[in-house]
Amino acid sequence: MKISLLILGSPYSSQSVQTALRFATAAIQQDHQIYRVFFYHDAVNSGNQLITAPQDEQQLPNAWSALARQYNIDLVLCIASALKHGVLDTTEAHRYEKNASNLQDNFNLSGLGQWVDAMLMSDRIVSFGP
Amino acid sequence: MSKRILIICRQPPYGSSLAREGIDLALATSVFDQDLAVLFLDDGVLQLLKNQQSSALNMKNHGNALSAFPLYDLNDIYIDQQALSIRGVTAKDLLLEGNLLSTTQITALINQYDMVLNF
Repeated sequence: MKISLLILGSPYSSQSVQTALRFATAAIQQDHQIYRVFFYHDAVNSGNQLITAPQDEQQLPNAWSALARQYNIDLVLCIASALKHGVLDTTEAHRYEKNASNLQDNFNLSGLGQWVDAMLMSDRIVSFGP
Repeated sequence: MSKRILIICRQPPYGSSLAREGIDLALATSVFDQDLAVLFLDDGVLQLLKNQQSSALNMKNHGNALSAFPLYDLNDIYIDQQALSIRGVTAKDLLLEGNLLSTTQITALINQYDMVLNF
């Protein structure tokens, strides 16, 4: 089955980002396809590569990135939310004349249309949080 | 490939960006020509109030975003009747016309949709 995930909760404040990661992993193990993961609202912080969790806690941006690389999953941060929360790729950093960018590998910034497309193309959607 | 999509708005208009983000998603979805409806539940009915004076909060006017619904041909609007009466709000206080539903009707409505999103 083709499944897409919408995540709204903030990493480390809400458990939703972690729960979604475990759900995605379990779904893949059962031969489902994750068509897209869309991070909206506070969940866009999941793509901040500067997140530095204590060593005995999961590094969520890295964990998502590794899952995406291994299974070729499309991870999209809502670009409007990401900019407001200070999560920028090099293109956006250049556009807004910021001297740093911090988007984790294997994440992309794009618009809400990517989530609408995910709804149209998936058999099921599952939302997490806030 | 057409999908029946229901967006449920249950947050008050100010205090969290979720209310605005739900409406933004409704507007974005409407462009894709799907069978889309928006349901206002709980404190979400307050999003529909006329004459919101958001400048006092240094916030954009949430009512203006909702006023765009007709321009986007987004006319399937449902409102929790009980949530209105609990809050002392009547249909004439609202900036959009919608179908007022009882709790039982809301359950039946949600059951009709393929995809349901909560904001």
